[in-house]
Amino acid sequence: MKTGAATHASQFPWTDRAFQLLALLIISMAMLVLFTLIANIFLDGINRLNFSFLTSFPSRFANKAGIYSAWVGSAYLMILTGIFSVPLGVGAAIYLEEYAPKNRFTRIIELNIANLAGVPSVIYGLLGLQLFVRYAHLERSLISGALTMSLLILPIIIIASREAVKAIPKSIREAALALGATKSQVVFSQVLPVALPGIMTGCILAFSRAIGEAAPLITLGALTYIPFLPDGLLSPFTVLPIQAFNWISRPQEAFHENAAAAIMVLMIVLLLMNSFAIYLRYKFQKRYNF
Amino acid sequence: MSLLTRQTKEKIVHFIFFLCGTVSIITTIGIVLVLASESLNFFSQVSLFDFLTDTQWTPLFADKHFGIWPLISGTFLTAAIAVAIALPTGLVVAIYLSEFANEKVRRSLKPLLEILAGVPTIIYGYFALLVLTPLLQTFIPELSGFNALSPGLVMGIMILPMVASLSEDALYSVPRSLREASYALGSSRLQMVFKVLLPAALGGITASFILAISRAVGETMIVTIAAGQQPELTLNPLKGVETMTAYIVQISLGDTPHGTLEYSTIFAVGSTLFLITLMLNFISIRIREKYRSTQT
Repeated sequence: MKTGAATHASQFPWTDRAFQLLALLIISMAMLVLFTLIANIFLDGINRLNFSFLTSFPSRFANKAGIYSAWVGSAYLMILTGIFSVPLGVGAAIYLEEYAPKNRFTRIIELNIANLAGVPSVIYGLLGLQLFVRYAHLERSLISGALTMSLLILPIIIIASREAVKAIPKSIREAALALGATKSQVVFSQVLPVALPGIMTGCILAFSRAIGEAAPLITLGALTYIPFLPDGLLSPFTVLPIQAFNWISRPQEAFHENAAAAIMVLMIVLLLMNSFAIYLRYKFQKRYNF
Repeated sequence: MSLLTRQTKEKIVHFIFFLCGTVSIITTIGIVLVLASESLNFFSQVSLFDFLTDTQWTPLFADKHFGIWPLISGTFLTAAIAVAIALPTGLVVAIYLSEFANEKVRRSLKPLLEILAGVPTIIYGYFALLVLTPLLQTFIPELSGFNALSPGLVMGIMILPMVASLSEDALYSVPRSLREASYALGSSRLQMVFKVLLPAALGGITASFILAISRAVGETMIVTIAAGQQPELTLNPLKGVETMTAYIVQISLGDTPHGTLEYSTIFAVGSTLFLITLMLNFISIRIREKYRSTQT
């Protein structure tokens, strides 16, 4: 797209080149920060990261403490959050793309979703604290956490799913309708299957946001010291980022090493999730080349 | 008969999808009601005048003061540092990606920047407190262990990709004819960028800037971990401060019983935070829309 400008670049080489250098310098600095961050956490945490770290409960002795309850809590929380948020989010996206009339109410919903996506996560924690913990008497339990997390990532899932649904050409819908399919048949047998990889990619990205969140769960009252595994929906719980936060806040260096090891586990999980999302996106692009 | 059931079925499906669509509205109403009702509780015991004029925030001390300004100053100090880093650098990166980099470079740089935005904030908090602050202390000996500077800088790095990506979208949507007209008049690429492109994309860029400010204001874990818990009315970045978000976390970590004044303070602070970010988000969305409708 810059072919027309190529001749100009040679005419004004100095300023243009300086600007490019500046931009690359900024990007390298940012990458340097990322690298330093990962390297530091790796060096701090690698000694603590072993099998017993994954299978031990938190302890007041740093070298005996582990993240068993934290990673199990994170896993349960993510599964529950998925069960609540994916059907709701995808349903809302289908409604907005396939059903909603172009009127004021629809506009309000859309504007509202855009606004919700920008509400600080700690506010969702306050909402969950009052709504689920107090009014619904669910206490500081897994289910309160999962419901709060679901509300938090709902806008992300809706926005991503809408993009996936929007990308499907109209002709597919019209072909199905012409063959006598009802609207819901079009949605369930044509739109959803084709949009599924895109929706899944969006959902995974939403989950990778949720799995790293600590603030709303702390606000909800999720505890930092849980020396047992959750045994049901109403059980108290902790998650990896909260456990890491708890260890960071302590003055002893040994606990900081634990925090780094916990963060390493979190980063590995995130890496796997994101690789899967990229794989899906890649496969999706290959299969449906409209 | 079968046609009727089919129609009813369609209606039920339609209604279920409609319900999914309304969940977001219910969420917003829920947020507003929860914040308002508990804040009302707070303001029945503390006057709004004190809240807005007192310069001390000491709800946990024997001598209680409920002035929101120390928390606001802490929030804006850390956010201002972040924004001072992220806005100019993000814009430069956006201009570079949209006008200078070729497709191959763009394709490899964008995912790298996305990684920066996807790192959980708890990790940035760890980095700010345990790596950056000690490093900065070797250059600035008077820097406290908890300070506004280090989390502010880290937060700047975190929101850089967001500014870059949203501003790039804004630059991208400027019609090509404008660029070509500028080149035809003999301007260099940078002249074109500053005289034509930036003015044309101003709306979208402003929208991305405001959204970045809102993000920095609402950020929680980085500032909770590294900025401290000293609500002081100061603009000195070397000292420890407390942000609105950090205060909410601080109270939530302690076991504050429901119904006490301390408990309702977090909702009063939450309401303030919500109003500020809502205003910023709303302005940003409106600018983007206005800008979008004037284009094409």
